[in-house]
Amino acid sequence: MLNEQAEAITDKLSEAMERKIVRVSKVTKTFKLGKVDVRALKGVDLDIMAGRYVSIMGPSGSGKSTLFNMIGGLDKPSSGKVFIDEVDIAQLDAYELAWLRCRKIGYIFQTFNLIQVMTALENVTLPMIFGGMGNETAVEKGMELLDLVGLGDRYQHKPFELSGGQQQRVAVARALANNPAIILADEPTGNLDLNTGEEIIALLKNLSWERKVTVISATHDIKMLNVSDQVIWIRDGQIEKIEEREDLTISVGSVGEKW
Amino acid sequence: MSQNTSNFVGKQSSDPVQRQVVLPFKQSLAISFKQIRVRFFRSLITTLSLVLAISFLSFVRVSNDVANGLLSTGDPDVRRQLIRAGYDLGPEDVRTETNPKQRWIVILSILVCVVGIVNAQLMAVTERFREIGTMKCLGALDRFILRLFLLEAGMQGVVGAVAGAIMGALFSLVNSAIQFGGASLTYVLVGDVIFSVAFATGVGFLLSLAGVFYPAIVASRMQPVEAMRAEH
Repeated sequence: MLNEQAEAITDKLSEAMERKIVRVSKVTKTFKLGKVDVRALKGVDLDIMAGRYVSIMGPSGSGKSTLFNMIGGLDKPSSGKVFIDEVDIAQLDAYELAWLRCRKIGYIFQTFNLIQVMTALENVTLPMIFGGMGNETAVEKGMELLDLVGLGDRYQHKPFELSGGQQQRVAVARALANNPAIILADEPTGNLDLNTGEEIIALLKNLSWERKVTVISATHDIKMLNVSDQVIWIRDGQIEKIEEREDLTISVGSVGEKW
Repeated sequence: MSQNTSNFVGKQSSDPVQRQVVLPFKQSLAISFKQIRVRFFRSLITTLSLVLAISFLSFVRVSNDVANGLLSTGDPDVRRQLIRAGYDLGPEDVRTETNPKQRWIVILSILVCVVGIVNAQLMAVTERFREIGTMKCLGALDRFILRLFLLEAGMQGVVGAVAGAIMGALFSLVNSAIQFGGASLTYVLVGDVIFSVAFATGVGFLLSLAGVFYPAIVASRMQPVEAMRAEH
């Protein structure tokens, strides 16, 4: 009796501590391409708990990128709602949306997307400037972050002077600039070779673990499966299945057969 | 800020970061300057058309100032020289303004220049879609982007207009010296010349801003999802 009660209490406690950082509710998205209506998302329900490393996997055209853009506040659903920390992002005005992108979410892109005219340090400190941080504090924090990703001595280099892997590291540092709650990574290893890709994945995993950041990544990359706490398989605009870490069967070939 | 975001800010209110996104003017200036420096030759070519149009405007005005200076001497010989040089002078005229033909040519050259600037800036905006989208993902407001483009064009405009205005004025003075002899320059009112150069500079600056305005609005309205657009 006592044991059951104790279990019930600990369950409730852990539920309260784990919050749903992203909640997708009955979301559909239809694009108009000329005369044709393309239904990219056909009713998606999803909960993502804080602090987890989540991968969204799916073939091209499955609606993975569309779902990803919804979660990241880059696009509005045709119907349904997306909640970030229980706030409906469709209700936010332009200022609040900008604030959300500046402070709550860090973005990592397949094409790195560093500003070419700025040095690595200036790239990392740009979100801090938008956030209103003073110059000296920003530079100090920027150097810290660059050290963290292993590029402390290259802070003066412009993006074209850095390799792909190094640019993506700068992007990771930039994503962490304002201590976001969520990092959204769109195919972070897409333009990187095998080894560099693995390094970036390890880096993301370590940082998310240390800083308790939720990482949500949309990817084709099977290497990402090893580090994910949760994998969401999406196909044809709907979620096919959600696998937790324990359930994943990773053997080369068996994932390949689906696509 | 609405009720919604007070939830967001709650946990992080002890940060040294404010609750609103900002872009200090000094920073916008620095970013715009770097953009010009990196695309220096391309900026040069865009500015060149402005320099030429403004120098033409300046040339026409300063030549007029010289003519007025000469007219003020009241010398009939000078009148005949001026009429032969092409100035339309009635027997009673003591001042001359730019004639319609001159004005038409100047307006035409300015129109061509503006079209060129609009075109070049539109191309630049389209090229930089990823950069603009990324900045928006980092939290930039629409008006930050607008400000960056306006500053860029403004800086190019000022430099180009000043260069063009001074060049045109110098050309005109040299030309007048050749046509009417060096002594003619002593009659010119310095105030007039300075006003002409300032006027031409002002026009050039405004043209530069006018040319970039539409492209800058396009840039500021760009959706951040454009930055995500990768060639999968």
